[in-house]
Amino acid sequence: MRNSSHPITNKQKLSFTFNGKKYFGYKGDTLASALIANNVKIVGRSFKYHRPRGIFSAGSEEPNALIELGDGPYKEPNTRATNIELFDGLEGSSQNFLGSVNFDFMAINDLLKNFIGAGFYYKTFMWPRRFWEKLYEPIIRRAAGLGKLSLQADPSQYDKGYLHCDFLIIGSGISGLMSALLLAETGGEVLIVEEDFVLGGRLNSERLVINGNQSSNWIRQAVKKLKSLKNVRILNRTTVFAAFDHGIFAAIEKKTDHILEKSSKPRQINWKIYTKLCILASGAIERSIAFPQNDRPGIMLAGSVRTYANRFGAYYGQKIAIYTNNDDGWRTADDLKNMGLEIKAVIDTRKGIEALSSSIPYYLGQTITKTYGRKGIKAIKLSSGSKLNVDCLAVSGGWSSNIHLTCHKRGKPVWDNNFKNFLSGGNGQKDKIIPVGAARGIFEIQNIISDTNRVILSLIKKLSLSMPNRITLTSSREQYSCSLDLVSSSDPSNSFIDLQNDVTQKDIELSFKEGFKSVEHLKRYSTLGMATDQGKTSNILGLASMAKLKGTNISEVGTTIFRPPYVPVAISAFAGRSRGKDFRPTRLTPSHNVASKRNAVFVETGNWLRAQWFPEKGEKFWRQSVDREVIQTRNSVGICDVTTLGKIDIQGEDCSEFLNFVYTNAFAKLPINRVRYGLMLREDGVAYDDGTTARLGENHFIMTTTTANAPLVLRNLEFVRQCLLPNLDVHLISTTDSWAQYSVAGPNSRRLLQKIVDKPKDITNENFPFMACRELTICGGIMARLFRISFSGELAYEIAVPTQYGNALFDALLSEGQEFNAVPYGTEALGVMRIEKGHVAGNEINGQTTAQNLGLSRMISKKADSIGNILSEREGFNRSDIATLSGFKPVQRNQKLEAGSHLISAGKKPTMENDEGWLSSVAFSPTLGHYIALGFIKRGEKRIGEKVCAVNLLQNKTTEVEIVSPHFIDPEGDKQRG
Amino acid sequence: MLIDHPLLGPRDASEFIYMGDAKLLNRPNWKSQNSKTKFLDYGYLRKNPAGVHKELWYHEQGDRSWLLVTRNTVTHEILKVELARDTKGK
Repeated sequence: MRNSSHPITNKQKLSFTFNGKKYFGYKGDTLASALIANNVKIVGRSFKYHRPRGIFSAGSEEPNALIELGDGPYKEPNTRATNIELFDGLEGSSQNFLGSVNFDFMAINDLLKNFIGAGFYYKTFMWPRRFWEKLYEPIIRRAAGLGKLSLQADPSQYDKGYLHCDFLIIGSGISGLMSALLLAETGGEVLIVEEDFVLGGRLNSERLVINGNQSSNWIRQAVKKLKSLKNVRILNRTTVFAAFDHGIFAAIEKKTDHILEKSSKPRQINWKIYTKLCILASGAIERSIAFPQNDRPGIMLAGSVRTYANRFGAYYGQKIAIYTNNDDGWRTADDLKNMGLEIKAVIDTRKGIEALSSSIPYYLGQTITKTYGRKGIKAIKLSSGSKLNVDCLAVSGGWSSNIHLTCHKRGKPVWDNNFKNFLSGGNGQKDKIIPVGAARGIFEIQNIISDTNRVILSLIKKLSLSMPNRITLTSSREQYSCSLDLVSSSDPSNSFIDLQNDVTQKDIELSFKEGFKSVEHLKRYSTLGMATDQGKTSNILGLASMAKLKGTNISEVGTTIFRPPYVPVAISAFAGRSRGKDFRPTRLTPSHNVASKRNAVFVETGNWLRAQWFPEKGEKFWRQSVDREVIQTRNSVGICDVTTLGKIDIQGEDCSEFLNFVYTNAFAKLPINRVRYGLMLREDGVAYDDGTTARLGENHFIMTTTTANAPLVLRNLEFVRQCLLPNLDVHLISTTDSWAQYSVAGPNSRRLLQKIVDKPKDITNENFPFMACRELTICGGIMARLFRISFSGELAYEIAVPTQYGNALFDALLSEGQEFNAVPYGTEALGVMRIEKGHVAGNEINGQTTAQNLGLSRMISKKADSIGNILSEREGFNRSDIATLSGFKPVQRNQKLEAGSHLISAGKKPTMENDEGWLSSVAFSPTLGHYIALGFIKRGEKRIGEKVCAVNLLQNKTTEVEIVSPHFIDPEGDKQRG
Repeated sequence: MLIDHPLLGPRDASEFIYMGDAKLLNRPNWKSQNSKTKFLDYGYLRKNPAGVHKELWYHEQGDRSWLLVTRNTVTHEILKVELARDTKGK
């Protein structure tokens, strides 16, 4: 119910639906506080036993109130009601139930509890093994599922951002705000990150007095001051979820999650924060106590009951008992009593302490042995036998410093026996994460104030920055001491340690009995501390229980460490805008516009979009277009964009020595204005790239690489230049994007180019023979480079112009080529023609073949050292029976061939032992009128004319093929030289 | 991770390509005795210590420098960053 005199009731009224029912709340509510105010008791079902569960906490440590937020494609599972800022029109629903959350059919698991304890899955679902994937796993996944995905793409936009600062302050409670005020005075850039939508941290949940006024006054002043400073930035609704090396942190900002209207603004921003120092003011998290039936709705953390009452005016019940092992529980009792609620009793596990409040009934040295009320607590029974009727039980097992982030780089927490609490190991100095306040194990406000002053001022002194004055604050006095009474001794199978994973005291005992005693084993075997809450409220209970069983103490037992992320983060937030088509940049070729206008079909090759073929009217099937492009090119002239091939400009006095080293064959004697084909090996002797390199001057070469390997080749060339031959005078730059380059191929290619170049005489066969190159001008003075090289086997050229002329040149070649019936051709026709000619490409140089396989072993010069030279001499690469590049045709000419088919000698079975090679590239040759293939077969060059079988076991197809020369057309090369 | 580039200052690790053990700088002489064994060792054997390690990083999304980085693989502390080409001359 709601306290009608609480200031929140003066704020804007908001309507929302939960599990299909409509409710009202106020601006400033969380979904959790609004549900409590509306008397919604059950918000979820537990993970394993499907027991009814209510809201347990008031922060990101929440184990129970996991909510599917939003609808349709916007739905986000596993959000915590305690973190969700209420907005008008919010839609939320419970998860992990079958039927309704109030009557869950899966609750049958609760009755089977004795059979499905720790390790149940490991023990039960072992045999038969084949059942696992098909039967066990799907059932378990459905039964145990935490939240469901919508299975639709989230249409919201997510962004990534980068922030740089000198001081990152995580948390805006009193120690965070004080740290910010002090550090801001040094002039350094300060970034404050707060998970909540309001600033102030714990002060918002308490009735503390600072400088004689309500603490909210001080928050307002501090925030106003900080906001006025240019070197301070504040991000609220932002959770730091991971700490990385060298002062890098990841944070998720909920930008528009609290707004119903989906706008163009991003839903969330994934920030990467670079900081010199991090001040961890993340406060503390309260822990529970394990006692029989301690998971009923209405049993909540005492600090959270206080938060809901003080900050939101929301009461879960009106007859409240407090069960505590420490002083802080008493403060909840005081606060609630002051609001006029009935405190039935404070039950303190500690004997022999002084009662901390005189006006409240209390029991010292007692425990709770039983609770009543399956769908909401009704009564409790004490060890003395007395029974109390209550409708809310506030439990406090003490406070744990929130040191999650200090563990992300394997910082080991250390036990502080004084406050029964794990602290950041070595205070995180080495990691540059400096805890302050409750995160540093200081729990009383008067001490937090003095300690934060001390820690931050001594830090500023150490950094030799300008010294600010200490902040003098007078405050209420708090008192805190704590015991380790965390685990009950009776009814272990109903004493819950970890609410999210349904780990009970009995499961810890079972782990112990079965030998899983180390904390790491205990966690994996029992699932203690796993899933979305990472055991924030339960880990210490499990450790205390194990310590008790082992007869030792927690500091001996140790703890598992926390891993990122601190809270669950949606995958979309990691993807940001890199989704779908935007996953990688798309690179367009210079002729893209002309090609689009000609209805080209495009194919992705790496990041490039290349024209695959250009369909013409009446062509229904891709082969019709490709066959036409090949025939038209071979009969007259065709034009293809080959800009995507890598181009590397190489200059310097020692270029030729450098090229001799990176290629297997020699380049030193290549004359100026000539082109040579080169082969590159990896250092292990395997081939990895090929291409042509042109010499434009004594000290100037242009290397081309394959499209796919362009970045890799440049990387390797830089390695050679800087790491292996650093004394050579060589300079490299990629010019792939600077030059548009077109292949002009076919018997009329020279006549077409003579219409375009400014001095047609320069490119006659005599002046410009096969493998010549030169710089010249075209179209009245435009700089160009012409190379007489041929991939198709035709008389052919490649012409390059600065990229900005690329589209115009492609257009010009086609319009000038009309008289020759010139045709644009795509990558398919390019592929067909190179297979017909027997040129190797990526299918042949696939990272597994050697120069010897490719029939190029004579290209490895033994006169000079080169990459891969020595290891290409390996015995296995040079056996007489290695597979070598060959051509193949079907014996029945009308039969189709399949790339990837394996080659088996006639009459032999298709087994690994009989495997003699494979078909690497297959095409229908319109020139020859039947299928052809390139491939590799043992001793191929000696077996021309032999018939073998091409076996495709996937399609269960065997085709008889004849081994032929890989050069299907013009083997002597007369055409390209003509 | 941040790598303190000798020319460009601290740069994010995502700008770099990692190439591992810096022994790749010491390519054997092709004319030496047992050159095949030496090249096999050079090509296939890498140190992978828990502790201080000298390794190569390539600033591909940057100035294309090959860097020799001395890093503690346990703490991820970076102890020294040099241009690989500078260390070769020494």
